[in-house]
Amino acid sequence: MSTLHFVALIPFIAAIFIPLVYHKFRHIHTGWFILPIPLVLFVYLISYLPTSDAPMATVKNSVPWVPSLDIHYTVFLDGLSLLFALLITGIGTLVVLYSIYYIANKKDEPLNNFYVYLLMFMGAMLGVVLSDNLIVIYVFWEVTSLSSSLLIGYWFHKEKSRYGAQKSLLITVTGGFAMLSGFTLLYVMTGTFSISEIIALGDVIVASPLFIPAMILILLGAFTKSAQFPFHIWLPDAMEAPTPVSAYLHSATMVKAGIYLVARLTPVFGGQAEWFWIITSFGLFTLLWGSISAVRQKDLKGILAFSTVSQLGLIMSLLGLGSAAFHYDVVDGQSVYTVAILAAVFHLVNHATFKGSLFMIVGIIDHETGTRDIRKLGGLMSIMPITFTISLIGIASMAGLPPFNGFLSKEMFFTGALNSTTIDVFNVQTLGFIFPIVAWVASVFTFVYCMIMLFRTFTGKHQPEKLEKEAHEAPMGLLISPIVLGSLVVVFGFFPNLLAYTIINPAMQAILPGLLEPGEQFYVNIYHWHGLNPELFMTMGVIFFGAFIFLNARKWQETAFYLKERDPLNTIYDNGLVGLIKGSTAVNDVQMTGRLRDYFSFMFVFLILIMGYMLWKTNAIAIDLANTAHISPYMYLISLSLVIATLAVPFVAKRISAIILVGVIGFLIALLFAVFRAPDLALTQLLVETVIVVLFLLVFYHLPELKKESFKPAFRISNFLISIGVGLVVTLTALSAHAFSHENPISPISDYFVENAYALAGGQNIVNVILVDFRGLDTLLEVLVLGIVGLGVVVLIKYKATKGEDI
Amino acid sequence: MEILMILVIGVLFTVATYMILTKSLLRVILGVVILSHGAHLLLLTMAGLNQGSPPLLGEDAASYADPLPQALILTAIVIGFGITAFMLVLAYQTYKVHKTDNFDELRGTEDD
Repeated sequence: MSTLHFVALIPFIAAIFIPLVYHKFRHIHTGWFILPIPLVLFVYLISYLPTSDAPMATVKNSVPWVPSLDIHYTVFLDGLSLLFALLITGIGTLVVLYSIYYIANKKDEPLNNFYVYLLMFMGAMLGVVLSDNLIVIYVFWEVTSLSSSLLIGYWFHKEKSRYGAQKSLLITVTGGFAMLSGFTLLYVMTGTFSISEIIALGDVIVASPLFIPAMILILLGAFTKSAQFPFHIWLPDAMEAPTPVSAYLHSATMVKAGIYLVARLTPVFGGQAEWFWIITSFGLFTLLWGSISAVRQKDLKGILAFSTVSQLGLIMSLLGLGSAAFHYDVVDGQSVYTVAILAAVFHLVNHATFKGSLFMIVGIIDHETGTRDIRKLGGLMSIMPITFTISLIGIASMAGLPPFNGFLSKEMFFTGALNSTTIDVFNVQTLGFIFPIVAWVASVFTFVYCMIMLFRTFTGKHQPEKLEKEAHEAPMGLLISPIVLGSLVVVFGFFPNLLAYTIINPAMQAILPGLLEPGEQFYVNIYHWHGLNPELFMTMGVIFFGAFIFLNARKWQETAFYLKERDPLNTIYDNGLVGLIKGSTAVNDVQMTGRLRDYFSFMFVFLILIMGYMLWKTNAIAIDLANTAHISPYMYLISLSLVIATLAVPFVAKRISAIILVGVIGFLIALLFAVFRAPDLALTQLLVETVIVVLFLLVFYHLPELKKESFKPAFRISNFLISIGVGLVVTLTALSAHAFSHENPISPISDYFVENAYALAGGQNIVNVILVDFRGLDTLLEVLVLGIVGLGVVVLIKYKATKGEDI
Repeated sequence: MEILMILVIGVLFTVATYMILTKSLLRVILGVVILSHGAHLLLLTMAGLNQGSPPLLGEDAASYADPLPQALILTAIVIGFGITAFMLVLAYQTYKVHKTDNFDELRGTEDD
């Protein structure tokens, strides 16, 4: 185990102690105990960053977990993992700090739950990005889904929280399950779960017929997690979580797990037309859908949720576009298509900073005014100046305005989209011209919702009568984290090259391996002014049209487009869920009737089907008349009496006759045992049969007279058919088994008992020796069973039911 | 001989199944008893009938009947006896409390 192994495990270990700490130090906010964990991890991970004289080294370190199944806890750290791990721990630190002031340490606030879930998530997310083994990734992946759902449902007394928690769990876990199937297919193709080994076997995968199914299944996992259309509907409902959670899980980290997976597997699948088309088109459509939907929202968190959906689509589409880079030579560390990957990585960081700060700001507004509804807010600029300043920076960055980091990545996104029109593989020529258009339209709507957020909240008329609280500036503790993130927006805006060779370049090398000569680096130089190029004109167009639409808001805000804010896709989910419940209730009603007869019928029919099918399938039916023992004449008599007695049982009308007939059957069986060289059995059977008949006679006195069965004819016939079926199947199986044993003689294991009964156990009666010596423990337990039965019988007889009680 | 026994076993199973599917508690118990008879006989038949002498070493025979199925059946008989006894008492108590042994009338209601 290396230290790196513990990076993902430390949060889990810490989570165990949270409940103890919570109860022990009740007066201190539990968050303070959590804060050092992400901070220490962050500082530790910083040490892996490349410096000018030491390039980024990939670390791989393996600990066997289930070696027989090729499952190893292998940590793998390269540029991409490091980027995500730093985001998780860095934003994690800020979020924990923020949460200390956001969630008050009140009596009925289960803070211990909150922090246990949060640490669970942090550890799992670190596990996802630091593991090399697909199964380990899957396990951690599902833990993130689970903890996310728990956090959404943190205020579980709210109906909406429970709805959101269930929805997110259902959608992401379904996707996760598809992903597991995809991973399994990868294993089938390559024989390994290790990503680095799978990447090396890329040719095998591309040539395999399982390539497409595996890719689609894995993308289902990535798309559900990263809220891509049409699976994005869970994310807006996830906003019921406390705001620190929304900032952390549902914008900065967890929803990027899908992005991570796509980036991580780009070396495997990238370079294939299907991968390119699926990811690019879903990404772009999500971008468009999310930005248009965001414009319709009235809840600030709703706007941010759809904005996150849209930005995730943007990053996803960039990864799709960039996968074309595998078909072009890299000259001087860049080709026109690596720009898209560069933009994706850069925007990932930028999005985490500005969206994280905006979520925290919205949390502050909610906290200080009691509402997030833009129809009630307004005029907060003078009341909350610091909050306003941070918002202005974050929103400007989100809208893609200079000089903030959002502008830089948005420009690169346009470049990537424009470059895609020149791609001459994958038939992009046919539809490629759509990419920049979609990108531009989506950016216009992005600009519009940014304007709505800013102006509806901070300008206009202040309406104190609509607010639950008197608005005032937030305490310093709440402001620290958004200020840090807001400063990063500015710093990365002015000095983007701080990130360029430290983290972006190593991440790009992880996503696009094999394109560079050894020792070469991707050319990453991000700057504001590229001259009067198409991208700049596109941005100017965005601002112009966006401002136009925003200024005409009064007109379109009267229409149904604005008034109905719920995503239409939710209808499918809701009806689907209702349908599922109805369907399973219907199935259940058919199956669980509460009638013993039905349950027995199911069992018998299943027995008939499975045994009949196997007999037919294996062609096993055979009758061997030759190798049988000789039949003495009296045997016909015994058999005949047995058959007649048995057949008569269902027809007798009197209890006493039925009991006597069954007694006759029992005694005849005892007789058969005696004939068939089984004296012990005969003896036991005689004894038992006698006792049973006596018991029956004792009880029957208290039982009612047998009534004629009042079955409907259909039931009567089906009972009859099932009985015949069972008898037939048993007979056929027995006959075939008998024939089979003569064709394939197998020496019985009982020879051992015959030989050793006397030598080892000193007994002459072999059956007795087996029971009390060789299998003595079984017999002991059997005695125990009989003892329990005896107790049960005594208790039942003595039992006197009081009124209203049942047996 | 085996073929004959197998046919008898088939009849036992058929009748037992039919009894188990009826509505009366007493009939079901009788069905279970018959079913266990069938199963015992099936076990014994499958081991081969009339081969060698009874599995008693005192017989000093050249070959013995297979003792293992016999041991199994012996266990089964005893356990079957226990179950039958328990079911009978249960039926007795059920009838005493509910005044019926018909399964349809013994079914619980929705809110039970």
